[in-house]
Amino acid sequence: MEAVLFQVLAGLATGGIYASLALALVMIYQATHLVNFAQGEMAMFATYIAWSLLNAGVPYWAAFLLTVAFAFVFGVLIERIVIRPVENAPVLAVVVVFIGLLVILNSVAGWIFSYTIKSFPSPFPAALGIRYMSPHQVGALAVTLVVLALLYVFFRFTPLGLAMRAAAQNPVSSRLVGIRVGWMLALGWGLAAAVGAVAGMMVAPIVYLDPNMMSGILLYAFAAALLGGIDSPGGAVLGGLVVGVLENLLGAFVIGNELKLVVALVLITGVLLVRPSGFFGSVQVSRV
Amino acid sequence: MTALLELSGVQAAYGATRALHGIDFAMEENSITALLGANGAGKTTTLRAICGMVRTEGAIRFAGQPIHGRRTEHIARLGIAHVPDGRGTFLHLTTEENLRLGAYVRKDRAAVARDLERVYGYFPRLKERSHQQAGTLSGGEQQMLAVSRALMLAPKLMLLDEPSFGLAPLVVKELFGILRAINAEQHVSMLLVEQNAAMALDLADRACVIETGRVVLTGSADEMKKDDAVRRAYLGY
Repeated sequence: MEAVLFQVLAGLATGGIYASLALALVMIYQATHLVNFAQGEMAMFATYIAWSLLNAGVPYWAAFLLTVAFAFVFGVLIERIVIRPVENAPVLAVVVVFIGLLVILNSVAGWIFSYTIKSFPSPFPAALGIRYMSPHQVGALAVTLVVLALLYVFFRFTPLGLAMRAAAQNPVSSRLVGIRVGWMLALGWGLAAAVGAVAGMMVAPIVYLDPNMMSGILLYAFAAALLGGIDSPGGAVLGGLVVGVLENLLGAFVIGNELKLVVALVLITGVLLVRPSGFFGSVQVSRV
Repeated sequence: MTALLELSGVQAAYGATRALHGIDFAMEENSITALLGANGAGKTTTLRAICGMVRTEGAIRFAGQPIHGRRTEHIARLGIAHVPDGRGTFLHLTTEENLRLGAYVRKDRAAVARDLERVYGYFPRLKERSHQQAGTLSGGEQQMLAVSRALMLAPKLMLLDEPSFGLAPLVVKELFGILRAINAEQHVSMLLVEQNAAMALDLADRACVIETGRVVLTGSADEMKKDDAVRRAYLGY
């Protein structure tokens, strides 16, 4: 029984990280109706920025905030420079742009920082640990929950958050009430990138830092977003936690650690086959 | 006195299809003008041209300044509120969020709060539904919401695209009564596109008849109502 509890809590800690990245995917999906395959690599790149800052002697939390700010600006720039020109392009063209971004970021990170695996520090003091969770697990879970709560408050209660939701849902009506839709989409990319950067910095002490560190994480996040419903932010968060716990329990007691990633793939296939809109996603109906 | 809105030689096209061939008319402050004409005459396109939603040529001036070629969001910020064809409801947001979006560009929070109450005064049904998802409102309620959202901008000019479309006659009557009250109490000018010419002429001061992308007749609404030849030729009743 204790072993189960241990796995569940550990699952919640990683699940929170999947939830953040899943939420970033959902934010982009709501505006573009496409999954940003480069979301993980953007987070990886930001994590390298954090690593460089730490190596240069910047204190951890200052480096953390600087990295989040960098990721935000980076996300805005990517939207403005790379995504904007293909705004009205066919779906496949945009998908190719996303995949191109993924490959470019991955290669550039390898070129600048080399493919050698690096360790990444955890900022949390040993005192934070509890009986069933390591200090980093407790801290990562807390940081993720704070980020998710901040995002909730921002989107739910501020005029800017409302305008961003409106711009993603109905750009035509948004322009008619004076919302600068282009900027709202760019802000969305910035926020998604910033959330991804937090996920990257929280997961790096667990999976170590290398240019491919996020490929597995992105799969889990994708499974989480699909499970919750790809257009439902709340669903993505819940999906992330469920995937984290499920992955750990199945890995520990059923299929073994080597096959953990299969859980994500099975979930993706299963959700798409059985219930494509996930738990909370809206069902798309269209006249033909 | 300069006109509030002035269009001269406005042309517009959707791809290769030219929808407007040169629209000229002007409207004065605090007035209601009806744009009449058959289906496909270019009424909706005229409203879209004013809001910068289609590519246009020609001159459009609002309160003396040229707005032709400006972005839609910029034109809205000048005080032109468009109640679009199809109502443009933010379906997944609540009624109140829809209304708050209408006032997105305004900074004076106290005035926005006053206007919200005023709008709820005009349409008490919306207050009852303030926390309901707007997509669940009936057609009539969504039309009220669209008019209210436009009002929340505190506009100088409202562009109304077929506000009576799909509504029961009683609801239309109520809506037009409120539009008249809004014009009288808040001095909001209105440019009204309507299929229902009789109702539109009752509400409007002046009218323009559009035929295949050109203005073929302008005049006071009263005169047009009385002129049998005009009625038979253009208005179909």
